[in-house]
Amino acid sequence: MNLFLETLIGGLLAGTMYSLVAIGFVLIYKASGVFNFAQGSMLLFAALTFVSLHEQGVPFALALAITLVVMVIGALLIERLVLRPLVNRSQITLFMATLGLSFIIEGLAQGLMGAQVRALDLGIDDVPLFVGEIMISQFDLIAAGICAVLVAVLALLFNKTRIGIALRAVADDTRAALSVGINLNRIWQIVWAVAGMVGLVAGLLWGARQGVQFSLSLVVLKALPVLIIGGFTSIGGAIVGGLIVGAAENLAEAYIGPLIGGGITPWFAYFLALIFLYIRPAGLFGDRAIERV
Amino acid sequence: MNTTTARISASFDDAPLTLVRRRWPLGLALLLLVAFVGLPLLGNDYWLNAIVIPFLVLSLAGLGLNLLTGYTGQTSVGAAGFMAVGAFATYGLLLRVPGIPLPLALLGGGLIAAFVGLLFGIPSARIKGFYLMVTTLAAQFFLEWVFSKFAWFYNFASSGTISAPRLELFGYSLASPVGRYLLTLSCVVLLTWVAVNLVRSQVGRNWMAIRDMDTAASVVGIPVDRYKRLAFAVSSFYLGIAGALWAFAYLGTASSGSFDINRSFQILFIIIIGGMGSIAGNFIGAAFISLMPILLNHGGQWLFGGNVDAGQLQNLQKIIFGTLIIWFLIKEPEGLVRLLGDLRERLKAWPLRF
Repeated sequence: MNLFLETLIGGLLAGTMYSLVAIGFVLIYKASGVFNFAQGSMLLFAALTFVSLHEQGVPFALALAITLVVMVIGALLIERLVLRPLVNRSQITLFMATLGLSFIIEGLAQGLMGAQVRALDLGIDDVPLFVGEIMISQFDLIAAGICAVLVAVLALLFNKTRIGIALRAVADDTRAALSVGINLNRIWQIVWAVAGMVGLVAGLLWGARQGVQFSLSLVVLKALPVLIIGGFTSIGGAIVGGLIVGAAENLAEAYIGPLIGGGITPWFAYFLALIFLYIRPAGLFGDRAIERV
Repeated sequence: MNTTTARISASFDDAPLTLVRRRWPLGLALLLLVAFVGLPLLGNDYWLNAIVIPFLVLSLAGLGLNLLTGYTGQTSVGAAGFMAVGAFATYGLLLRVPGIPLPLALLGGGLIAAFVGLLFGIPSARIKGFYLMVTTLAAQFFLEWVFSKFAWFYNFASSGTISAPRLELFGYSLASPVGRYLLTLSCVVLLTWVAVNLVRSQVGRNWMAIRDMDTAASVVGIPVDRYKRLAFAVSSFYLGIAGALWAFAYLGTASSGSFDINRSFQILFIIIIGGMGSIAGNFIGAAFISLMPILLNHGGQWLFGGNVDAGQLQNLQKIIFGTLIIWFLIKEPEGLVRLLGDLRERLKAWPLRF
């Protein structure tokens, strides 16, 4: 029983890290209908920039601030050079554009800052904590706490500020939002910038865990099943989806894995997502599409 | 009144003729002659091995994916997974069925891939768009895992690889570059011919109706789910054969890592750059994808005098590649094939502007 609880809690905590990546997707998808495959490379770029600055002796807070500025500039450039010329194109076209974007960002990140593995120390000790007889990773616990804070901040942004209300209006009905004078380009810039910031937080946490290197950009593939389960349009869904995937993955690796040879994590989450999709084709919290001829 | 109807019916009668006339029998025959006779005689082994064979196989793979994505509108990022099925199935057939001729093994590999594609196409009845795309990712990761985890598929080789078994046809060995080239070319020509006719038939029209709007297609009585599954099966058949050729005619030795997600993206790029919903586009796109790295490589060596870091060159290549994709999507969403078509139209009217 202890093993079960330990696996479950470990999985849930790891799941918050998945949620964090998935939230970046949801933000952009809600506001601009773009399925942003470049989220993973944005994450890599942010983490690499931060680590490179930190290695040069730039203090923690300043490095964080500079990276934030870089991500915002990146968002502005993406909006101007990629999204604006592609406005009104099909969603699949936009998705493929973000595939191209991910190539550019990866090439830039590695070209400018090198491809070797960097260690990232956030000053969080990874010592196991014991609650009763259950072992919990302190790092995971703190990471989950950071996720919670981030989500709270995002919720405040979305619900209490003028910008947030405009964002929700665009997500709800783009044309109506335009007609009441909301500046769509500005909204896109803001959303991509916020997604870049979320990517920075996710990149730092993931980077501290597994080292900052190219494979960081592959966490995007981890986030896709999360997105499917939660639905593309719901931040709450991304969190719940992340928890489900994290827990199920850990439990499956511990209990089903040994039966069929192990190493099932790369695809198990996808199968879980498939099962969910059969029951709810638009995810748990996604908007159901209504089609007309 | 009478003359008007006569003219209208005349223009209708002419229509199929113009369609046929545009098919250029002479040009096509010349192209095939060069491909089947000229290249093996003139081309050297390096060119055949390193450029022409991968170009042909990638064209075939692009064709397979285009049937699914370009014609039926079901975006797939699992193409390489189905290629792996074809490669490993062909290998298994050649290994375990004594005396099976190569064409039959290839066909069998394709059919097994088609069956697997059919299985992974079942969700398409309920799931659409990006959600469906993610299920094809599931296929990609699952198949990759299966072919590296279960040793039976690679005959318990300690390296986990499969290598080209006896490539022979009616007693002739096809192991030389020219032999492998001719094998690849024959498959590509045959399958392209089938595809051209398939997309012009009822099946192809139904696919395109589903692509343009599946709700409307079901309203006019097209069995949408069945045709979507059929598209998955046919596409996987093509990809399976392409995979077998990739493994045995090009690489020689392959493992499940030869069919990873980057291969899937590569094939997706071929059809984006070449042109979605076009047969010729696959060849143009594949030519672009296989020649561009070589050009960039040589260009880089020439620009920096040979003392440039290979890693940096690769990064540069990635950046240029991504930029080109975005540029294509912005400037010409219908791909290179449209660009070339426009060019031809303009040359026809030259020196007039229209």
